Amino acid sequence: MSRLFEASVKENRRLTEKHYLLTFNPLKKIRRPGPGNFFMISAGNGLDPLLKRPFSLHRRTGSGIRILYRVTGRGTAILSRKRPGDVLEIIGPLGNGFPARRAGENTILVAGGVGIAPVFALAEHLAASAKKPVLFYGAKTGSDLLCIDELKSIGIEPRICTDTGDTGRKGPVTGMLREFLGKNPSFSEDCCIYACGPESMLRSLSALAGEYGLRGYAALEQNMACGIGACLGCIVNTTRGYKRVCRDGPVFPLNEIIW
Amino acid sequence: MNLSVNVGKLKLGNPVIAASGTFGYGEEYSGFTDIGRLGAVTVKGLSLSPREGNPPPRIVETPAGMLNAVGLQNIGIDSFIKDKLPFLRQFETRVIVNFFGDSISEYAEAAARLSSAEGVHALEMNISCPNKQAGWSIFGTDPKVTFRVVSAVRKATAMPLIVKLSPNVTDIAMMAKAAEDAGADALSLINTLTAMAIDINTRRPKLANITGGLSGPAIRPVAVRMVWECYRKVKIPLIGMGGIMSAEDAIEFMLAGATAVAVGTANFVNPGAAVDILQGIKTFMSARGIRSPRELTGAVRC
Ligand SMILES: Cc1cc2nc3c(=O)[nH]c(=O)nc-3n(C[C@H](O)[C@H](O)[C@H](O)COP(=O)(O)OP(=O)(O)OC[C@H]3O[C@@H](n4cnc5c(N)ncnc54)[C@H](O)[C@@H]3O)c2cc1C
Ligand SMILES: Cc1cc2nc3c(=O)[nH]c(=O)nc-3n(C[C@H](O)[C@H](O)[C@H](O)COP(=O)(O)O)c2cc1C
Ligand code: FES
Repeated sequence: MSRLFEASVKENRRLTEKHYLLTFNPLKKIRRPGPGNFFMISAGNGLDPLLKRPFSLHRRTGSGIRILYRVTGRGTAILSRKRPGDVLEIIGPLGNGFPARRAGENTILVAGGVGIAPVFALAEHLAASAKKPVLFYGAKTGSDLLCIDELKSIGIEPRICTDTGDTGRKGPVTGMLREFLGKNPSFSEDCCIYACGPESMLRSLSALAGEYGLRGYAALEQNMACGIGACLGCIVNTTRGYKRVCRDGPVFPLNEIIW
Repeated sequence: MNLSVNVGKLKLGNPVIAASGTFGYGEEYSGFTDIGRLGAVTVKGLSLSPREGNPPPRIVETPAGMLNAVGLQNIGIDSFIKDKLPFLRQFETRVIVNFFGDSISEYAEAAARLSSAEGVHALEMNISCPNKQAGWSIFGTDPKVTFRVVSAVRKATAMPLIVKLSPNVTDIAMMAKAAEDAGADALSLINTLTAMAIDINTRRPKLANITGGLSGPAIRPVAVRMVWECYRKVKIPLIGMGGIMSAEDAIEFMLAGATAVAVGTANFVNPGAAVDILQGIKTFMSARGIRSPRELTGAVRC
């Protein structure tokens, strides 16, 4: 099965001022993507912008695949103007994805900002099991919070905090998690953490997990050109040397990442 | 129609090559494209010992192009021969090994070691890297230094030797002549153009290395001009590259004087790009009754 395919846009819905939810239908059979996998998606059709942009699997919908993205620059601005029926050129699914937790293990999910996109995919996957994950979700303001209803519909009640404090608790998501671990020995003694979000959040999460000796994984971002491990452009420094985010990741053990 | 071409002593089934640094060690593209259909694959630049390369961020997009400062990260010649070469031996596709060194003796030793490896069909020396002995100036910007390093490598190997020229010079034809005089069998051009991009909000360079190499369609007209200048100056065959995205772009390079072409950044945009370009060249040739790519080489009417 080729991992280079065309897809037709089914829906491109605006969620907030900056966030969109895009569903595409691959025009041929593709490999089934899992939580933490990503796709390289063409923004324009010409030579500028040139490179494809990486986006995580957010949700599978019957025959379609959904990504959740934030408009941050030229490529995502062009993507936000795609209409149903427009054709996208895509490579994927790519990357290692989130590893499975141990049977019966407690699970904590941590999302910062648009990091909820892949974390939701994992939450949906885990919500079906007996041990539901606990999800911590931080954003700048209440209006930046995404997929709250979808989370509830899969039976997950997110623990929310914002920088402004207009919704949920005020302060960083790691502060809220620290308090939770203090009060819940069944988690602080043994659990697995999965996270995606801004570097500052992942960095303090690594420190927190280290303090408690907890296992954890983070989905990382780096500028990418090829997405398939060929250009060596997307490296991250780890205890095992430089690794490619696209091919060796994007998910890495928290205790291996050198910030 | 016969698509085969001779790049000096190197015989290729067709004129389309994957450019060094953009095709990994080949195996990264299996499952994305049919490697066996390419004339040749040029692997990521190798050195005697492995290199870690530069810190991130290493790449940034620019108008119709990209900057990279990968810093010649590679696994080293020995690991390449042991772990990567067996994969490439299964194809008819020729294997060109791109290599570099920090000193003239390192270049010569690298060439000698690669020459004895089964499944290597040609060597491509990257002279766009700093010369530690001479205060980090680039081997490929002083014709006297270029002559010396190519001569030393020529003595160390009987393999087809391709010299890859840096475009960061005033007169590329002079560099081409120096490489030819030193015994090169063919020339590759162009490597990336040294460039820089700054984030105006943070006032910091966008690459950790500050500067990087510009590639992609933005550099194509510069590259075409340089191929044309070298074609007029030297007799050895040229491999043209720089921003080739389509068959039309490839044919433009041939008309300027290229015997074969290499596809680089386009592989990132579309892993099937090189095979698509080959297909497009065939279509172009058959529509015009052109029987061999040789009829196109240097056929620009000036
Ligand atoms: C594995 C992975 C998964 C991702 N998943 C999502 C997602 O689900 N939702 C979402 O909103 N964003 C996601 N991102 C980030 C997203 O790829 C960037 O926001 C996007 O590429 C920006 O493109 P632009 O043209 O709008 O911005 P510009 O800043 O104009 O982009 C210029 C260049 O920088 C690159 N770039 C800029 N920021 C990033 C970044 N953070 N990561 C990687 N490349 C970047 C672009 O690809 C492009 O080549 C992901 C990134 C990675 C690496
Ligand atoms: C990410 C990247 C890595 C590269 N690495 C090498 C290398 O190791 N050795 C080399 O001689 N050229 C290297 N090049 C240069 C290319 O082989 C090619 O000469 C150049 O990119 C121009 O072609 P293009 O515009 O089609 O990419 C690299 C280019 C890129 C973009
Ligand atoms: S984006 Fe090319 S190696 Fe990761």
